[in-house]
Amino acid sequence: MTVRGLRPLSILSVVLVAVGFAMAFLYAPLDTDQGFRQKIFYLHVPIGIVALIGFVIGGIHGLRYLRGGGSEADLRSYVHIHQSQILAVSVLITGAIWGKTAWGAWWRWDEPFLVSFLIVFLLYCTYQPLRLSIDDPRRQARAASVFAVVAGAFVPINFAVVRMADAYLHPRTLSNAADGSMPTPVLVTFLTCLVAISVLYATLVRYEVLSKSTTFRLRALERRAGGDDLIPRRSAVPQA
Amino acid sequence: MSAQTTISGPRAVLAVLRKDLRLELRSFELLPAMGLLALGTMIVLRFALDQETVEGDLAAGSLLVPLLFASLLGISRLFAGEERDAGIQQYLLSPAPAGALLAAKVLGLTAVLVALEIVLVPAFGLLLLGPELLPVLPELVLVLLLLDLTLATLGGIVAGIAIGARSRELIVPILVVPLAIPALIAAQQALAPVLEPGAEALAWRWPAVLAIYAVVLALVGSVVGEYLVED
Amino acid sequence: MRRLVSSTTKTTSTTTKTDAIPATDATPAILAKGLLAAHGRTPVLRDLSLRVESGATVALLGANGSGKTTLLALLAGLRSHHGGELSVLGHALPAERWALRGKVGVVSHQPLLYRDLTIRENLDYHARLHGLSADRTEAVIQEAELQDRADQPVGALSRGLTARASVARALLADPPLLLLDEPLANLDPVAAELVGALIAPRPGRTRVIASHDPAQALQESDGVIVLGPSATTRYVGPSDGMTAADVEALYR
Repeated sequence: MTVRGLRPLSILSVVLVAVGFAMAFLYAPLDTDQGFRQKIFYLHVPIGIVALIGFVIGGIHGLRYLRGGGSEADLRSYVHIHQSQILAVSVLITGAIWGKTAWGAWWRWDEPFLVSFLIVFLLYCTYQPLRLSIDDPRRQARAASVFAVVAGAFVPINFAVVRMADAYLHPRTLSNAADGSMPTPVLVTFLTCLVAISVLYATLVRYEVLSKSTTFRLRALERRAGGDDLIPRRSAVPQA
Repeated sequence: MSAQTTISGPRAVLAVLRKDLRLELRSFELLPAMGLLALGTMIVLRFALDQETVEGDLAAGSLLVPLLFASLLGISRLFAGEERDAGIQQYLLSPAPAGALLAAKVLGLTAVLVALEIVLVPAFGLLLLGPELLPVLPELVLVLLLLDLTLATLGGIVAGIAIGARSRELIVPILVVPLAIPALIAAQQALAPVLEPGAEALAWRWPAVLAIYAVVLALVGSVVGEYLVED
Repeated sequence: MRRLVSSTTKTTSTTTKTDAIPATDATPAILAKGLLAAHGRTPVLRDLSLRVESGATVALLGANGSGKTTLLALLAGLRSHHGGELSVLGHALPAERWALRGKVGVVSHQPLLYRDLTIRENLDYHARLHGLSADRTEAVIQEAELQDRADQPVGALSRGLTARASVARALLADPPLLLLDEPLANLDPVAAELVGALIAPRPGRTRVIASHDPAQALQESDGVIVLGPSATTRYVGPSDGMTAADVEALYR
């Protein structure tokens, strides 16, 4: 992992996010039912989609680690899960704000997207404690990778099941804007925001991977210079 | 000299199951504990819901929540015997395939859950359930069997993940509960109409969802299982 | 006489006496180069190199905490090393660990038996895992003279009987490599003689014996590994000409 490419990527993500926001506020039409409040949709849904994909990518890197991918794969799995978990919190917060402004309630159980995220968030909250409770770095990486694979497979199933249960309990009357029948300006704005958030996510992942691996290399050099112990101290962060 | 023998997965699974069954029958501590916890939870629910009899949604929940709690006990204890007597090392010194140990644990846990339900379901019918139990027994058995397989598979994986963890008793429940939610949703949706006073027909999509989840977990487990047992 | 045990390097600074690599064609039973292992964050073995020919007996000596048990666990394929190369019975570890399974007999401080099961049930379990017949279980029980106690739970046995049952388990599959951590420690003279005969050298049987008794260890071994404090290796080489006093001087 090198610094190269990070600067253009950073600039690109800033530009894309700015364009996406500008389109959401200036180009996309006001929603007939919800008005200005509906603008949060352009943040809420793309973040959610990117977080889901991030969790699945974390699982794929976990599988790579198990198949002999080395500590770099474990580090990537860790970073994807970490970043996606931050996004999951953002989804819950933006969802609550949207719910409060649109329906006057911070939380509604008939929103399968939000309910699924709550469950996924709950599951991934155990990732860090799990890592921290295993001292041996290799055993820790192995257990964390298995977790990442299982949880990565769990995420789509969980979404499908929660949506199914909701569909049979409460036949949907309120048409969600994400149901596919979007007018072109809405769709274009939504897709722009989705790309912007994806690029921003990729940038943040690269920053964290680079930062973590640099820290480890530095510590390893320090240990070698100091003639200190050969094995890093206990940590929940992958030892690259 | 030393005739190098190989051993197939199914034979290794049978050997471990046989050994675990012997150990459980000799100590006979897990099953009674699970039964008592499940029964206690049912009594708690009777007062927490303030219902003398339950039907439909409440009935499904009053059966599934005690089952989940009891299964947590079983999952936490899944590798307890191995840890006490270095059983994983014993196993790894043999030529048996590493993944077979986890498979045996999953099947053993399924058997324990089935044994628990043989006691728990009649107790539930007697104590809490409003409608008659016997007419809906086949549907109930089918759904519970699928749920047992799902819980046991995810329990085996989670217990395997937590083998080397210091605070295992904390990690296991907080991992199992979120992972079990889709299975519980499906079981609840399947059982609620069946346990209504009029006993509606079983909606097949929910047992199908349970089966699909169990298969996915089993596939994931078969891919990652061997890594959990080694070193 | 052909060197059966030797160090594979001449440059290890911590090794006081070192032998040249012998020119042999046969695959060595154990081959280690620059082995590094750690427990948590502390290194337990550092830069250990050795070569043990098939059929040899090696004494593994060192003070408490010098890494004897860790080395045995590495050789058994139960733990992975953190650096260097290790191959046992021609299988490179950890990549070919699966191929080593079932070929190593281990007698350690833990009996590696279920204490709630009887001796016969324990041996039966291991026989099934090894794909061996029930006849083999009975034969091993006879050899270890455990027939009177075979139906008692291991947890109720004396330490000496537990040790015998553990040796019986290790010998069940007649493995080509025996890793023995003080196999005679808890035994009375009669039992020690019995177990000693069971684990005696045989053609094609390589033995690594960890011990706290240098005099006896030197007597029955072809080579010696002496581990020192803070993960150092003091000596790897043949045992002829060494005395117990030499070994004890290396402990520090």
